[in-house]
Amino acid sequence: MIELNPFVIFFAAIFTNNMIFSNFLGMCSYIAVSREIPTSLGLGQAVTFVLTCTTIINYLIYHYILLPLGLDYLRFIVFIVSIAAFVQLLEMFVERYLPNLYYALGIFLPLITVNCAILGVSLFMIIRDYNFLQSIGFSIGSGIGWTLAIVALAGIRQKLKKASIPKGLEGPGITLIITGLMALAFIGFSGIVQIQ
Amino acid sequence: MNEIIITTISITGISAIFAFLLTLADRTIGNYGEIELNINDDKDYIVQGGSSLLSTLIDEKIFIPSACGGKGTCGYCKVKVLEGGGPVLPTEIPFLTEEELNNHVRLSCQCKVKDKIKIEIPEELFNVKEYFAEVEVLEDMTSVIKRVRVRLPEGEEIKFKPGQFIQLKAPLYEGNDEEVYRAYSIASAAGDKNNIELFIGYVPGGKCTTYVHKHLKVGDTVQINGPYGDFYFDDESNREVILVAAGTGIAPILSILKHMREKNINRKARFYFGAKTPDDLFLLDYFKELEEELYDFKFIPTLSRVTEEHNWTGETGRVNNAIDKYLTDSENKEAYLCGNEKMIATMVEALMDKGIPEELIYFDKFD
Repeated sequence: MIELNPFVIFFAAIFTNNMIFSNFLGMCSYIAVSREIPTSLGLGQAVTFVLTCTTIINYLIYHYILLPLGLDYLRFIVFIVSIAAFVQLLEMFVERYLPNLYYALGIFLPLITVNCAILGVSLFMIIRDYNFLQSIGFSIGSGIGWTLAIVALAGIRQKLKKASIPKGLEGPGITLIITGLMALAFIGFSGIVQIQ
Repeated sequence: MNEIIITTISITGISAIFAFLLTLADRTIGNYGEIELNINDDKDYIVQGGSSLLSTLIDEKIFIPSACGGKGTCGYCKVKVLEGGGPVLPTEIPFLTEEELNNHVRLSCQCKVKDKIKIEIPEELFNVKEYFAEVEVLEDMTSVIKRVRVRLPEGEEIKFKPGQFIQLKAPLYEGNDEEVYRAYSIASAAGDKNNIELFIGYVPGGKCTTYVHKHLKVGDTVQINGPYGDFYFDDESNREVILVAAGTGIAPILSILKHMREKNINRKARFYFGAKTPDDLFLLDYFKELEEELYDFKFIPTLSRVTEEHNWTGETGRVNNAIDKYLTDSENKEAYLCGNEKMIATMVEALMDKGIPEELIYFDKFD
């Protein structure tokens, strides 16, 4: 296997291996919070930040605690706990010291605890055997890719408010169809680089 | 065997480290210390910061009406926050009108006490207390309405105005996994300070009504706080009184009538009560008694779904038909209405058509 440059992974995670469009991860908040561009941008930023931090923490836990002890099969439970603990800690910290950020992003933090894209990135990092820098490139890229997807969807949904949609398709129905079409469009990027 | 031990130890260790970090954070980052709370420019409190304004006030024995228990879904716990409290959160905005936003009104369950805070609440709320009362009477009035009479603990009194309501707590029981408070109007007389009487209708699936109808027994202790509400009888005026209610809306009206009897208030009163069939009527003997004892009182039940078998000789149709018939002029009259939103809306309209000014129509709306 050729050693991929972290930057290559970074761009691949945004365009060709987008968490939403190629893995369909993190769908719940993607559908629930994509009504308006400003809120979805806020959530996207929060996801990117948490994603990067938890990936670093999980990388360290995995390579310095779990692997040496031969406990790599425990990664699921350990990663979930570490993500939940980190988000909780972050929420307390932001609420106390960065009140303005809290009012913008704080309400999204509890949502992020159960965002599967975050666990997904930590697990892909292990499956694909990334080293530390590659993991960082992958996590930042995935976060930005997720933000790009949700903001783009929010833009489309804002336009959709004026469209007349068949009754049965309103809400999540049409959103999933749009996501499918967007995923098809993103296949167009796949010639640039492939990481899996 | 070794593997099992290592697995257990490492999972425990990792969880313990996170738990330790979180506890540490809660003690340091989450600890806002003691904070000054000023109410109405008058009373000062020193409170522990970090929790919501609503629960901080409850700790100080000040009860703000709230039905959802601080989840930000009922929108009742509004309080004016003059200083501190931070910006309005997105979770509050759906419950606040433009005017309230400009007047610094907040939902006290969402607003956190972190800095020196200054708030304004109606003076009456200081009168609100919490009671652990014993159920004395549980009586079926109709197939869906129960009369509940509770006795306050020895030495405790409730001071309220006829028309106000209390909140009853539905505790955890099988099928209910959250504690909720629900508002019920007081039906007993204001002079009867040791007891509270309520009329509670059964709502299928309702948390508090199921508790009262299916689980509550005589002798049980219920948790009540109150009184609340700006719907109450105007003692100052000497206008004639029009009372209108349907179903359990009868409760505050009963309290008003008992008050009139207690204080010998010599004002003409007419009570229009809306129901579907004769089976929905109750306390008929009691109203007869009131008709004899009060200065000039008439009880006018109006039934909307009578058939010939019912042998009904009274009024039929909607309550506004009866009002059309009996209310001939609007001179010197004021009205008290209690019922659901739709009934209140039609009645206000009907009374205004009759020429009763809007500011003399008082109402208590429930869902």
